[in-house]
Amino acid sequence: MSTPLLAAHALSVSIGGQPVVRELHLALHPGERLVLLGRNGVGKTTLLHTLAGLHAADAGEVRLAGKTYADLGHRGAAPLRGLLPQHQGDVFAASVLETVLIGRHPYLARWDWESAADANLARAALAAVGLADFAARSLHTLSGGERQRVALATLLVQQPRVYLLDEPLAHLDLNHQVAVLELMSRRVREEGAALVMVLHDVNLAARYCDWALLLFGEGEYEFGDAVPDARALSRLYGYPLRVIQDGERRWFVPEMAATGEG
Amino acid sequence: MNRTRALLVLSLLAVLALASLLLSLGVGSLRFSPGEVWAALLGEGDATAIAVVRDLRLPRALATCACGGLLALAGSLMQVLLRNPLADPYVLGISGGAAVGALAAMLLGVGASLGLEGAAFAGALAAMGLVFGLSRGEGSWTQTRLLLTGVIVASGCGAVVALMLSLAPEQQLRGMLFWLMGDASQASAPLPALLILGAGLAVALFFARELNLLGRGALLAATLGADVTRLRLLLYFLASGLTATAVTSVGSVGFVGLVVPHWARLALGNDQRVLLPAATLAGSALLTLADTLARSLIAPQQLPVGVLTALLGVPVFLLLLARAPHMEQG
Repeated sequence: MSTPLLAAHALSVSIGGQPVVRELHLALHPGERLVLLGRNGVGKTTLLHTLAGLHAADAGEVRLAGKTYADLGHRGAAPLRGLLPQHQGDVFAASVLETVLIGRHPYLARWDWESAADANLARAALAAVGLADFAARSLHTLSGGERQRVALATLLVQQPRVYLLDEPLAHLDLNHQVAVLELMSRRVREEGAALVMVLHDVNLAARYCDWALLLFGEGEYEFGDAVPDARALSRLYGYPLRVIQDGERRWFVPEMAATGEG
Repeated sequence: MNRTRALLVLSLLAVLALASLLLSLGVGSLRFSPGEVWAALLGEGDATAIAVVRDLRLPRALATCACGGLLALAGSLMQVLLRNPLADPYVLGISGGAAVGALAAMLLGVGASLGLEGAAFAGALAAMGLVFGLSRGEGSWTQTRLLLTGVIVASGCGAVVALMLSLAPEQQLRGMLFWLMGDASQASAPLPALLILGAGLAVALFFARELNLLGRGALLAATLGADVTRLRLLLYFLASGLTATAVTSVGSVGFVGLVVPHWARLALGNDQRVLLPAATLAGSALLTLADTLARSLIAPQQLPVGVLTALLGVPVFLLLLARAPHMEQG
């Protein structure tokens, strides 16, 4: 089999003394999509940052297309993997187009300025996230969901081989949630890229991912099919889930307490 | 903004800075036309004009020009480093340290300007080392911790300055207060400040696009290929060094370092490749003009230049801010 785009070997990660995963092995090949699931505070973001080379692992290693982050260096890793951070921090005003163009940084030499081709890429990315008319707007006039999609467009013009998305659906309403997942799935398929994302919606994860990594806390994990069984999910969230069969598809819904509204 | 437009804007600002320099050479108790100033600079014409322009006014004008640029550049860099629009060159206690050094030297009766400058520079370096040593740490709280440490060291220095002012003999008070408000009348030997400004601007421009990344957050900067730790260290020492150089020769001139970067950002956007040189040139022009006014407004009495920078800059800044309502946080 070919070299995986993203691989973890015996990877142990912790944050603030709390283990996130112990001895994690995983390999993602072109076209594959992985979801990280787990409760709040279990270390999904920390693991994602470790995979992005931004958080030091306790043991083991992460390889991007066969190379470690130490081999690649800061600049060498930039065209290979991109991260959509959980929070978008903008202290100073900037236009939407300027913000998206930041994603071209890895491809520009020291004294280069962004070319017309780069600007066209940025406009295409804005159109892909449904913000075609927003290029000249100031970031500070955007809503949370629009801001989230600008961040996604920035990631798209970076054109990495491995996309790492930390809660890409945050602030998005239903139609945009589906649109973003469709867009990313198409990208991954067409470019032969790999995708890792942190999601909270089990049903969307089952629909749009190939694999799931369940983080149970205390370093325990389970790697497997993106449609896990209800028992594993109930254990994962510490809350009973019920399965509803709808033709070929299974839907997971939380058990509602008997003392509810009705 | 593309490269051609950026070069055009920067050329205009450079012309403005040069014009303010020529103006400051011509204005004073003896007035010269721009033509006479030019002739005197080349060493032609009237001997008095040559002496006044070349020996008396030129060193001071060049020093204020350099220091205005230093402060505006340092302020822009501090705002990127701390990702805080309220950051200025003095927020991390560097001017406080310099003030303690300079005032202590005055109290001890060091009269020579070289001794005074040495003491101010030593004080600035001491504050810089103290803040850096105390605020080192890992993780995302580094920025907050750096800012807090700097603010606390600055207020500590403020207390020491107040103590020295209350202990100082009457006849020294005026000189001390002028130093604290920013005073270019002692400025001489502009060459070191000009060289440091040139070198600092070159280094800052070399990293300008990485600074754009850093302004969007450390995580994004790191994934796009910037070495964030190294970049922050560089920013800290560069901005601190520039500030130390400026306060050493003109005292703690306020306002330039806080507001000129905001002027540039409001007028030209937040691309550091344009912002840094534009702020530097605008800072040079502003401080040169302010100092020209400071020494000619109620001549022969001289005003501290720091007062003039604020009086000139505040209305312009408020006007720009009012014209750009969508840049509410810019």
